[in-house]
Amino acid sequence: MQMKNLILTVFLLALTQRYAEAGEFRVALVFDKGGKDDRSFNSAAFQGATRAKEEKKIFLKHVEATDDNAFEPLLRSLAQKDFGLIVAIGIAQADAVKKISAQFPKTRFAVVDAEVPGPNVKSLLFEEHEGSYLVGAIAGLTSKTGKIGFIGGMDIPLIRRFELGYEAGFKKVKPSGKVISNFIGVTGEAWNNPAKAKELALSQYGAGADVIFAAAGASNGGLFDAAEEQKKFAIGVDSNQNWIKPGFILTSMLKRIDVAVFDTIVEASEAKFTSGTRRFGLANQGVDYAIDQYNEKLLPEAVRKKVDQLKAEIIAGKIQVPDYYRKK
Amino acid sequence: MRALLQPVLAVALGLALGLLVTAVAGESPWRVLTILGQSAFGSPYDLGMTLFYATPLIFTGLAVALPLHAGLFNIGAEGQLTLGALAAAAVGALFPSVPWPLAPVLAVLAAFAAGALWGYIPGWLRARRGSHEVINTIMLNFVAAGLASYVTLYLLKNPESQNPETQAIGAGYVLSRLTWFGDAPLSTALFLALLAAFLVWAFLWKTVAGFESRAVGGNEAAARTAGIRERRARILAMTLAGGLAGLVGVGEVLGNAGRFRLGFSPDFGFIGIAVALLARGRASGVVAAALLFGALHKGTSDLDLETENVTRDLSLILQALVILSVSADGLWTWLRKRRAS
Amino acid sequence: MTSETPALELRGLRKRFGQIQANEDIHLRVREGSIHAIIGENGAGKSTAMKMVYGLYRPDEGRILLRGVQREWDSPSDAIAAGIGMVHQHFMLAGPYDAIENIVAGAEPEAPAWRFLPRAFRPVDRAGARARLEALSRQYGLQVDFASPVEELAVGVQQRIEILKLLYREASILILDEPTAVLTPQETTELFANLRRLRAEGKTILIITHKLKEVMALADQVTVFRAGRIVGDVARERTNVEELASMMVGRRVNLQIQAPPAPPRGEPVLEVRGLCLTPASSGERPLRELGLEVHAGEIVGIAGVEGNGQSELLQVLLHPRDYRARSQGEIRCLGRTILNPGGGERPLSTARIKALGVGVIPEDRHRQGLLLERPVAENFLLGLQGRAPFSRHGFLSGRSAREAATRALEEYDIRPRSLDVAAAGLSGGNQQKLVIAREFEGKPRLLIAAQPTRGVDVGAIEFIHRRIFRARDEGAGVLLVSSELDEILVLSDRILVIYEGRIVARFARGEASEQELGMHMGGGARA
Repeated sequence: MQMKNLILTVFLLALTQRYAEAGEFRVALVFDKGGKDDRSFNSAAFQGATRAKEEKKIFLKHVEATDDNAFEPLLRSLAQKDFGLIVAIGIAQADAVKKISAQFPKTRFAVVDAEVPGPNVKSLLFEEHEGSYLVGAIAGLTSKTGKIGFIGGMDIPLIRRFELGYEAGFKKVKPSGKVISNFIGVTGEAWNNPAKAKELALSQYGAGADVIFAAAGASNGGLFDAAEEQKKFAIGVDSNQNWIKPGFILTSMLKRIDVAVFDTIVEASEAKFTSGTRRFGLANQGVDYAIDQYNEKLLPEAVRKKVDQLKAEIIAGKIQVPDYYRKK
Repeated sequence: MRALLQPVLAVALGLALGLLVTAVAGESPWRVLTILGQSAFGSPYDLGMTLFYATPLIFTGLAVALPLHAGLFNIGAEGQLTLGALAAAAVGALFPSVPWPLAPVLAVLAAFAAGALWGYIPGWLRARRGSHEVINTIMLNFVAAGLASYVTLYLLKNPESQNPETQAIGAGYVLSRLTWFGDAPLSTALFLALLAAFLVWAFLWKTVAGFESRAVGGNEAAARTAGIRERRARILAMTLAGGLAGLVGVGEVLGNAGRFRLGFSPDFGFIGIAVALLARGRASGVVAAALLFGALHKGTSDLDLETENVTRDLSLILQALVILSVSADGLWTWLRKRRAS
Repeated sequence: MTSETPALELRGLRKRFGQIQANEDIHLRVREGSIHAIIGENGAGKSTAMKMVYGLYRPDEGRILLRGVQREWDSPSDAIAAGIGMVHQHFMLAGPYDAIENIVAGAEPEAPAWRFLPRAFRPVDRAGARARLEALSRQYGLQVDFASPVEELAVGVQQRIEILKLLYREASILILDEPTAVLTPQETTELFANLRRLRAEGKTILIITHKLKEVMALADQVTVFRAGRIVGDVARERTNVEELASMMVGRRVNLQIQAPPAPPRGEPVLEVRGLCLTPASSGERPLRELGLEVHAGEIVGIAGVEGNGQSELLQVLLHPRDYRARSQGEIRCLGRTILNPGGGERPLSTARIKALGVGVIPEDRHRQGLLLERPVAENFLLGLQGRAPFSRHGFLSGRSAREAATRALEEYDIRPRSLDVAAAGLSGGNQQKLVIAREFEGKPRLLIAAQPTRGVDVGAIEFIHRRIFRARDEGAGVLLVSSELDEILVLSDRILVIYEGRIVARFARGEASEQELGMHMGGGARA
């Protein structure tokens, strides 16, 4: 009797399992330390995945790691649970993806911001310096003091790449201007330290900067608070952050992780997944500057025209934006 | 028996509170418990991860427990383990060609020495200058973090990675993995931790220096009157404690990452306080409590994955509630004892 | 018993604390207008009984009758309102305030003109209080300086303030807990005169003590406690010291042990010359040009009222390094200079001093002598841990320590005979015997014994005294510091009197009477 029940249960379970497999494409999203609600980097990825879920009827699971050693077990568990695509956000996961993707050749992986080789891995890279160049130019065209600021999250080459592009764009329109630059920290905590970001922003405003661009994940909130307090301008990053403090956020450097993630999920769910590195730049709208109802009054027609012209020149290859990765 | 009951109750209370929180979030407590158990012990790999997390907690638990016997509260295990790991990685990266049995011995000594230095300083300050070790160890945690950042980013940076980490250690340093646990990064450092627990027990209960440390912790004035060099005993206790915390670096650098990674420790040094308090300072208790907290850490890290409603933050809250309950109970007992004497 | 209603009557009081039956079957009648002594060893239950009378504890069973009426109190303030007051062994006075403020605190008289204000805001009628206190002071002959901060007053005066405080609150029954412990013999005499006067004025006085001579000098009636019960209740005229002592201990005791003849005096084992100490805090007493010598084979007793530099002398002897910067003079111990700030050498560490062969029975055994939470075996080992056979090459030999400790439990009759109970679980006398056993195990050549029988029961006192004599006879020099004059007189081959940090008088055995010593202790002999 009991045995019969057991067998029946197992059978039923197997059925539902197959149903789930047949019905939905299973996608897992593993966030970086900043977490899904950083309103920036990780949020952008989450938006893309959510859109894919709504439009394509996929099953979506998203998780956050508790420490650096937890990425690997998480990726492994997800791979074991028959997820068709696992999207890893952030460079901290590069090693873990490399290892687990080799162990689970049938599972597809995508990794944002890091280049991981492998027949089942897609690396999603962004030309951050190109987008940063544009917001740098906007800062230059808006600044009255001729001084602007940059706040980086964690001091790593990726963020230096933002900084270098930003500075080049600014110098293009204000050759004699000055950029004040600070970094929040050297560990992953820097992505989640708005208090420190605010402190740095206040000191940069105090030193005469009237526009500050921060590429610091969830720490960006600190900059926005400071901008509101000081009635000066801030520039957001990754997601469109214009809405957070309307009137004070000049624009946002869009890094369309949402688009990249959305595209990758859609391709995978339609069995069109391709491995290898895919780069997102100005040309394919992978990076851009944001304009919407919150900031259209802040950016006069003349500014937009000038910036769009620079954008076209970059796409056409007439302007070479300096790239920190190729600097050495 | 009663000595055992109280810590068990403290853990149960913390867990119950945690489960209440997850229940409010909409997840059945029974299910959460099942996941915790499964995820901590469900497979050789899971067990391996649990032991992997328990290994550093044994070291930090001992690093807090030992000075507790001498009446000192070591809040500095986090800084001590940071420097220990950094030293092990530095030796491994700077002398990569040292051959096998010598290399790990060298790295172990370096890790112990660096941690010991970071314990000696607050020990000395307490003994000679009377400044409180709690304040000084907290301060030194910051100094250690800054020092580790500097060395990692400017002196030993791994040029191939964007992550803040040092260059890889030489092949001779790498500790072998315990393959029974599958792919878990569990290495022979576990045995070093168990050996350390045994040595701490032997030190405390079988040596003159250990007796003197305990006497100082039991009643400083009586120890002084009896001719015990109480300052020396205090400095020794803190130095050994620092060294023990430093050995966390052996498992992390030689057994896991092969290099020093900034921020590798999810507060092992602070969880070590809860471990030591739960263990009531006993070495064997530290091993058991470290296992418990290792299991809890592994278990909670999978809650986000396995449930719909428990996010990472909620699972951290669950873990924190257990730690809080244990620490409050243990600290209360310890303080009561101290006041009574 | 007389037929008159007693001032205070206890009927079948019983009190239990956890496992310990503190009081059982306590029946007591205290006659109105009498001085009634309550005696017993430590832990005999006399304080517990008095605390029930005073409202600090509630009896588990039994009744308290005040002038024939059954009463119950929830707190001491109820007892005070009913006319029962207590002077504690440690005075409850606020040092910086004067006598008037101390006395009226908690029962401030209000100036009638301010009645319209809420209670907390009404000003104190200081003049009225002073007038009343001066009247009381005259009536009972209690002379007090009302204007100075009480911390500047002598201990005997502070005690009078405590008594006045009770009288001000119209207490008719006064309980005094060990009132003579802190007094010089002269102050004791004065106190007794005052108490007799209070009795003449109709007050009823209960005095808790363990000094039998004082009982015989003062009390009308004596009640003896032992093991939580009353074992005797006699009129003073019908008893004597020996009988009371036997009742307290439960067996015959030899109160006055005969000093065995002293062996020939040997080499000096301790020489202190011109020792001066500058106090670092207000709690510390100075030492002024203090000099003394202890030879092998003699007991040198330092007599003095507590707080005249005895503690500081002991601390400097044991921890000279801590006092290097604040001291002058020279100390030599067993052939080594341990302190000589003028000579430029570094003072010896405590560890080195103890290793020379110095044994210490510390003043305060709880604070300085024992690891209260640790088992007896570890307490026995404390200070011996570095020596053979208790350790070798830094490793403890648990077995030899336990063997030696087991022997000591037998030899010193320490109860319970267990190595594993925490020291806190031993009675005061057994704790002290444990400390003594440990210090004698080290075969000291100089024994520093401070208050060796404080809080120790009568039976154990005798034992400890014999042990100290034996140490002397075996060739040790003994420096004895005690506030019990009897102890000094019995034990000392030479007596030095310390007053305000200097030695003010020196006597050989038998040279000085108690009165003479008392005069020096009070500073009276100084011109």
